Amino acid sequence: MNTALKPKHQRLVLLGLALVALIGAALLAASALRNQASYFYVPSDMAADPPAAGQAVRLGGMVETGSLKTRADGVTVDFVVGDGKARVPVVFTGIVPALFVEGSGVVAEGSMRADGTFLATELLAKHDENYMPRELEDMTAEQKRRAVAETQ
Amino acid sequence: MIAEFGLAALWMAAALAGLQMLAGFASLRGEDEEALGTLVGRSRLSVLRAVKAALSRGDGDDILAALVRPAAVLQALLCALSFAALLLLFIRTDLSVALVAQNSHSAKPFIFKLAGTWGNHEGSMLLWVTVMALAGGLIGLLERRLPERTMLATLAAQAFVGLGFYAFLLISSNPFERLPEPAAEGMGLNPLLQDMGLAFHPPTLYFGYVGLSIAFSFAVGALLTRQVTPDFAKVMRPWVLGAWIFLTLGITAGSYWAYYELGWGGWWFWDPVENASLMPWLAATALLHSASVLASRDALRAWTVMLGVVAFSMSMIGTFLVRSGILTSVHAFAVDPERGTFILALLALYIGGALLLFAVRAGTISEGERFSVMSREGALVVNNVALSAILGIVLLGTLYPLLTEAFGVRVSVGPPYFNPVGAIFFLPMLAVLCVGPLLRWRRDSFERIRKPVVAVAVVALAVLAGVYFAAGIALLPLLGMTMAAAVAVASVMPLRGRSLRRLPLPVWGMVIAHFGMAVGLFGMAADSAFSREKLVAAQVGETVEDGPWRVTLVAVEPVAGPNWTALEATLHASYQGGAPHVVHPQARSFWTPPQETSEAALLTRWNGQLYTVIGGEAEGGRWQLRLWWKPFVTWIWYGGILIGFGGLLALIGRLAGDLRRRSAQAQIALRKGPAA
Repeated sequence: MNTALKPKHQRLVLLGLALVALIGAALLAASALRNQASYFYVPSDMAADPPAAGQAVRLGGMVETGSLKTRADGVTVDFVVGDGKARVPVVFTGIVPALFVEGSGVVAEGSMRADGTFLATELLAKHDENYMPRELEDMTAEQKRRAVAETQ
Repeated sequence: MIAEFGLAALWMAAALAGLQMLAGFASLRGEDEEALGTLVGRSRLSVLRAVKAALSRGDGDDILAALVRPAAVLQALLCALSFAALLLLFIRTDLSVALVAQNSHSAKPFIFKLAGTWGNHEGSMLLWVTVMALAGGLIGLLERRLPERTMLATLAAQAFVGLGFYAFLLISSNPFERLPEPAAEGMGLNPLLQDMGLAFHPPTLYFGYVGLSIAFSFAVGALLTRQVTPDFAKVMRPWVLGAWIFLTLGITAGSYWAYYELGWGGWWFWDPVENASLMPWLAATALLHSASVLASRDALRAWTVMLGVVAFSMSMIGTFLVRSGILTSVHAFAVDPERGTFILALLALYIGGALLLFAVRAGTISEGERFSVMSREGALVVNNVALSAILGIVLLGTLYPLLTEAFGVRVSVGPPYFNPVGAIFFLPMLAVLCVGPLLRWRRDSFERIRKPVVAVAVVALAVLAGVYFAAGIALLPLLGMTMAAAVAVASVMPLRGRSLRRLPLPVWGMVIAHFGMAVGLFGMAADSAFSREKLVAAQVGETVEDGPWRVTLVAVEPVAGPNWTALEATLHASYQGGAPHVVHPQARSFWTPPQETSEAALLTRWNGQLYTVIGGEAEGGRWQLRLWWKPFVTWIWYGGILIGFGGLLALIGRLAGDLRRRSAQAQIALRKGPAA
């Protein structure tokens, strides 16, 4: 079908296709990244500028002491994540990580619901004493203490 | 003593690598000057050229050249001894060595003591340089088909890269460091890593990852000596193939390990560490295909060299991501900015240097043979472009969180980005995969392959329509299943009309690897379309239904292992009312270091797996149970194994061909000998 084309042109066709594909990939990736990346929020960000309902985001903060409740089905938990300035109610259905306890740090993946609660699809708790979700590392010791103190 | 011996061996290996590099580059320069006098006087900006210029005073070039191969072999031996010393220290749990004290424990089962050797930063980096040295040693010992100066340049490049990692080990991550006082007891190994999967997954992956350094060194050697020929591709191909097989199996094993060990029921998370292993695989896959064009048709010269550089660059970028601690994951052993900076500097030096060399020399690589768009080469170019695009997409998605963090914005990038954007290039690539192997080299016409192509298209459309109306699943799994069916049929088409007994092994390898792609893709699509999850809090004696399964919680009891205690559930699971199978998922608590893990229990059938997890206790004496019925999920890994097996067949075929050629040449030489 392409036999009419000179070899040199055939080469150009391939080169052109390759360029178009690679530039297309870059543009596609750039626009998809802007829309699909899930942003990290702390509760005070949530209060100031909440994400659209249903948009995938991550919420990081301290699990307020006394807020953790298990529902009657035995697998759904409600708790409140706070950072000392704002509080966000969270609901999660699943098996919580072993080190997920009140007063410790957590990063919840999920999205806000229209009623203002955060529907978590996954919880990343402090794995062990050496591991802290990266997003919480920046909270200074003072902030953490305050966050814990205020939520007690 | 053992630690001191290991360290001494490592220092000597590093010194030999230095010698290998200097001798290799210096002897190259002498030849370069004779053969390429026209270039003398031209300014050379490349880093490598500068290194060589500094060595120009050496006058015993032949002696230097004769040193390169023995240095490579000896370096490999010393490095292997050093690694053996570390293995021995871990086996004996020598707690006077800091690394052992930090990562092992006397009460750990033997196999995990062994695996602990590479289950930490320093040990894994020692494994890295050992594999690099072994690869260089093997080339030095065996490879004699290329012009000698290209070989010397290649070995020098291998030593050049190796030196950076030696420096990294010896300066910032010495695995043999002693403690001032021997520790009373070790701190143990991360329990997630105490698993049979770990014993084999990292070494396998490393052989692949680091084995690609050979492609890098061959590319640099070929660029330096301008020997980008079909022979270069033929020599490089089996080495790349070997590394690629390890990489394929390593990724497959890693995916299965994450699947059953992490207890989330997922088999690929687009975690940066997983991406770090996928990116070199994509580049190496592209390289294998373009090398076959260069070997058979003497086309795509510059492109193939470029891919050789890119493939190992991806391995190094992956190492940087994993080892620098800028990521948090099971794989990030240590968060240490000094190490991160060190690896970043190595990255800049090697990748930057190689790309610079490529930029300087690419123009002098003459254009290869031409071919028509409608040809085997044309299809392979599409394959290469698509793989490169996917590679770029994965790389961007992996680095994006780091980029935005520089501007103070924290994001994570996951499946909603990678799956659809990757599929835009992956699915068309599969369509071309259906056609490519049927085409002839150089030029072909669609008329000739019309029949098989129409057959494949009919199968694809039938599956598309059938699955759409019968199951009504989401778009991506639907397209995945369609393409899986098309590729499965198309992959065996090259066998049509050929004598199966006389078919060369590499062709079998291609057919099986492509068929493996179809099998794996079907598993992925089926898992994402038909998985059934059930999450309940159940009383002992209660029965839960999940898809075709009825699962009864029979008991929950405490059990103890060598370094853990656990709550173990006894479940009776029956498939479509058949006889019950017994499974025991556990929630384990380790005490060295203290950590909890969930040990999922799996029931495997030919058509899928039942995945069971026990969680915590809920109110009213109930237990949290999580069940997944995952139809055909195991086909994902069967596919991976088939792909690796296809590669193995191709490798055996190539090596056997080389051996035959060699013995034929030896016979010719023998016959000529007496006559002369």
